[in-house]
Amino acid sequence: MNEIAVQTQNLTRRFGKFTAVDRLTITVSRGEIFGFLGANGAGKTTAIRMLCGLLLPSEGEATVAGFDVYKSSEAIKKNIGYMSQRFSLYDDLTISENIDFFGGVYGLSPALIEERKEALIEQVGLGDFRKRLTRDLPLGFKQRLALGSAMLHDPPIIFLDEPTSGVDPRARREFWSIINELAAAGKTVFVTTHFMDEAEYCHRVSIMRAGKLIALDSPGKLKESYGRNNMQDVFVALVNDEDPRPEEQL
Amino acid sequence: MHHLIVDNVAKTYGETRALKGVSLAVEKGELFGLIGPDGAGKTTLLRSICTLLVPDSGSITVAGLDISRDVPAIRAILGYMPQRFSLYQDLSVAQNLRFFADLFQVPKHERPERLARLYHFSRLEPFKSRLAGNLSGGMKQKLALSCALIHTPEILVLDEPTFGVDPVSRQEFWEILHQIRAGGTTIVVSTAYMDEADQCDRIALFFEGEIAAMGSPAAVKGAFPYRVYRLSGTALQDLKTFLEGQPEVRGIQLFGDALHVSFSEKPSPETWREWARRGGFPGLRWEEISPSIEDVFLAHMAGETA
Amino acid sequence: MNPRRVAAISAKEFIHIIRDPRTLLIIFIMPVLLLMMFGYAFNLEIQDVRVAVIDDDNSALSRQLIERFEGSPFFTVFHYQGSREDLETLFLERDARAILSIPENFAATLIGKHPAGIQVIIDATDPNAATSINNYCRQIVTDFNAGLSGGAAMPFTLESNIWYNPEMRSAPFFVPGILALLLIMISALLTSITITREKESGTLEQILVSPIRPGEIIIGKVLPYILIAFLDGSMILILGVTVFKVPFVGSLFLLALLMALFVLTALSLGLILSTIASTQQVAMMLAFVLTLLPTLLLSGFIFPLASMPLPLQLISTIVPAKYFLVIVRGILLKGNTIAELLVQVLWLAGMSVVLLTISWRKFSTNLER
Ligand SMILES: Nc1ncnc2c1ncn2[C@@H]1O[C@H](COP(=O)(O)OP(=O)(O)OP(=O)(O)O)[C@@H](O)[C@H]1O
Ligand SMILES: [Mg+2]
Repeated sequence: MNEIAVQTQNLTRRFGKFTAVDRLTITVSRGEIFGFLGANGAGKTTAIRMLCGLLLPSEGEATVAGFDVYKSSEAIKKNIGYMSQRFSLYDDLTISENIDFFGGVYGLSPALIEERKEALIEQVGLGDFRKRLTRDLPLGFKQRLALGSAMLHDPPIIFLDEPTSGVDPRARREFWSIINELAAAGKTVFVTTHFMDEAEYCHRVSIMRAGKLIALDSPGKLKESYGRNNMQDVFVALVNDEDPRPEEQL
Repeated sequence: MHHLIVDNVAKTYGETRALKGVSLAVEKGELFGLIGPDGAGKTTLLRSICTLLVPDSGSITVAGLDISRDVPAIRAILGYMPQRFSLYQDLSVAQNLRFFADLFQVPKHERPERLARLYHFSRLEPFKSRLAGNLSGGMKQKLALSCALIHTPEILVLDEPTFGVDPVSRQEFWEILHQIRAGGTTIVVSTAYMDEADQCDRIALFFEGEIAAMGSPAAVKGAFPYRVYRLSGTALQDLKTFLEGQPEVRGIQLFGDALHVSFSEKPSPETWREWARRGGFPGLRWEEISPSIEDVFLAHMAGETA
Repeated sequence: MNPRRVAAISAKEFIHIIRDPRTLLIIFIMPVLLLMMFGYAFNLEIQDVRVAVIDDDNSALSRQLIERFEGSPFFTVFHYQGSREDLETLFLERDARAILSIPENFAATLIGKHPAGIQVIIDATDPNAATSINNYCRQIVTDFNAGLSGGAAMPFTLESNIWYNPEMRSAPFFVPGILALLLIMISALLTSITITREKESGTLEQILVSPIRPGEIIIGKVLPYILIAFLDGSMILILGVTVFKVPFVGSLFLLALLMALFVLTALSLGLILSTIASTQQVAMMLAFVLTLLPTLLLSGFIFPLASMPLPLQLISTIVPAKYFLVIVRGILLKGNTIAELLVQVLWLAGMSVVLLTISWRKFSTNLER
């Protein structure tokens, strides 16, 4: 397997005249937990959607799992898991039905789905609730379940868009312990968050502002080079720096 | 005078007991926070206060009005922002704001100042003419918040207002809440961000439909029975595993690049050095810190204080 | 094409349907409701039908005949004073639903043993009522004649004149119409809503990151609705044949086959709408304006196409229900074979192919439009 999981070169996306992602260049290696930070509207979701084949880039190059985003979006889709920013399970399906569905969509055999479902329900600790409607689950459980559903086909790369927003501190820690396990098992995890303590758990973080990458390093190095004690302060300093973008660009 | 009184309120959905007899009282002009894990019953309580749900038992009075009898009167003085408040996706940012200003009959001469303040916090001014449907997730949330804050009701109820909002905007949002409260509005807010709890006058920690602790943030933290140390400078996972084997340790939690470890008794410097040597953590740094709300919360969840 | 993915989508869709009371209501209550509306509402127990009488004879006999009408609980009789030219306003303003006209010399002719005739004019905008009115009139006249034959007079005849709907279109005509309406509603409306709902809720995004193909999503989504449309179609046919006594002369197999074809056309319409619309509301509006209304108005269901202005007639050539109505009526009432319906079948098949190709091409596997 390729040691480089995701690579982009001047990746750009415009909506009309507005540039949402501006010449993004990053390289993420296998087994890395890569944090994607930035103020609201900085372009994180747009960048992830391009890497997942949901949006076409306006310019630039990108490969995911070695496949080109322009030419091989289908091959990419087989190699990634994705948890969208908006909640992505079906509320009116039970937990078990949701897992069956996502397994089926990835074309897994019923036997394999059954096996992975048991493992997942076990891992999330939902044993007694498998016949419950998903809408009745606390958010923390839902998010772990959504992660599991996005991983049923065992992809090497996983994109998580704000998986812990609105999740309480304990459930967030449980979620992150799963992320750590995944990374330890060699998966590449691409994650966005607005919790700066979670930024510390990433191997490397990138910070975007107004579509541009303005910092990229390990949390330790970032704190050192900006002379701050924690990521919160680093983030605030970076984001508050003059917004380089001119007025309205619509 | 109490502006909001919740007395022994219970609510059950099927088998789930969402609220098991909750009582609290909020002063006029107070900023009151509900802190609790997912599914603890915060939303149920907030909806009941807003007359959207009828509790099975107990009573709630808002400004002296009973939620089961004076629904229109309460709604006239109360502003509510639900957890997933959706805007008109096909209206622009400015049109959404304008619509809510009209809806709440905000006088024309007050609008420019309010809008300026809200645009400052949300940083949405450059995107005024963009359709709400084309905003990013956090931008939508900020617009929703701005719409909820465009008028000033007597009592403001916000359910997880900062969901998905970035740290800088969250700080600015709380400054607005403080300004609003300074004008005499009572605010009840639920949140999953523990740093926001510190911004409230008083908080209630909510667990499984019951209040586990209530008071000013300082009082809640002060009631924490253990001494908390912040440990850093070494491989945290290994340190965690090592300390879990030590009998003195009451609880361990990961906090970003550090561990927070709580003890009944303050360990002596010798003990610390001994641990660093025995566990093989030469770079170990330790310092006693005052517990944060998050420490208290996590300890409650782990059942450490029970 | 991976059958597992198709099955996964269909199974999920079924669960959505089963768990959503509103959809269930549309599926199971709608057919019955529509049939009742068209059937019974038009055929409510008929009483106190107002009859305007024009008695140009004004003889003892004619008054006797009128008394018979007055004596029936079925009719309320009044004398019409206005001019002949304004007769129609009686119907237009719903003052009367039938007009009884007794010519001058009625009694004289009868007594002179010449055959005499009276005339009833019936408003047949409600065909079922018109049939009943006609039958009651005949009944009264027959009774009256029977009373007369003892005497010297010659029995007279009744000439019925049915206005507005001379073919007396009723159950055999509206049942096929309802069938078309319902199949369109389920196929076009529900499919376009189900796809746009996933666009709105963001769940489609989650499906689109999987290697699933557009065809698999489309087929998976559409399968459950084909089944439901069939179920509902059968429900209407069974009710139509048993309760409304619609004759069924032709081949059941052929009808089922062509119903499937029509459902396919309707579904492909729904799919096109869902690729255009980004919200459920828009999808619903489009489905209403582009599929339901034409089915109701431009298919020959309620208004005869032949009497429409040319532009409307032209538009009606692309209304699938137009062909389906001919097919259903042909099979039900006349026992048509496929050879006789070839033109209609080709139209429907052609439309399906075109619409499906467009929607399949337009259904994008990403969020770009
Ligand atoms: N379809 C669209 N049309 C126009 N502008 C868009 C569209 N989608 C996104 N944008 C704009 O692109 C910018 C980046 O959005 P994006 O969703 O990537 O932000 P984000 O970094 O994920 O923010 P958040 O933290 O709030 O989720 C925003 O200004 C947004 O309004
Ligand atoms: Mg985003």
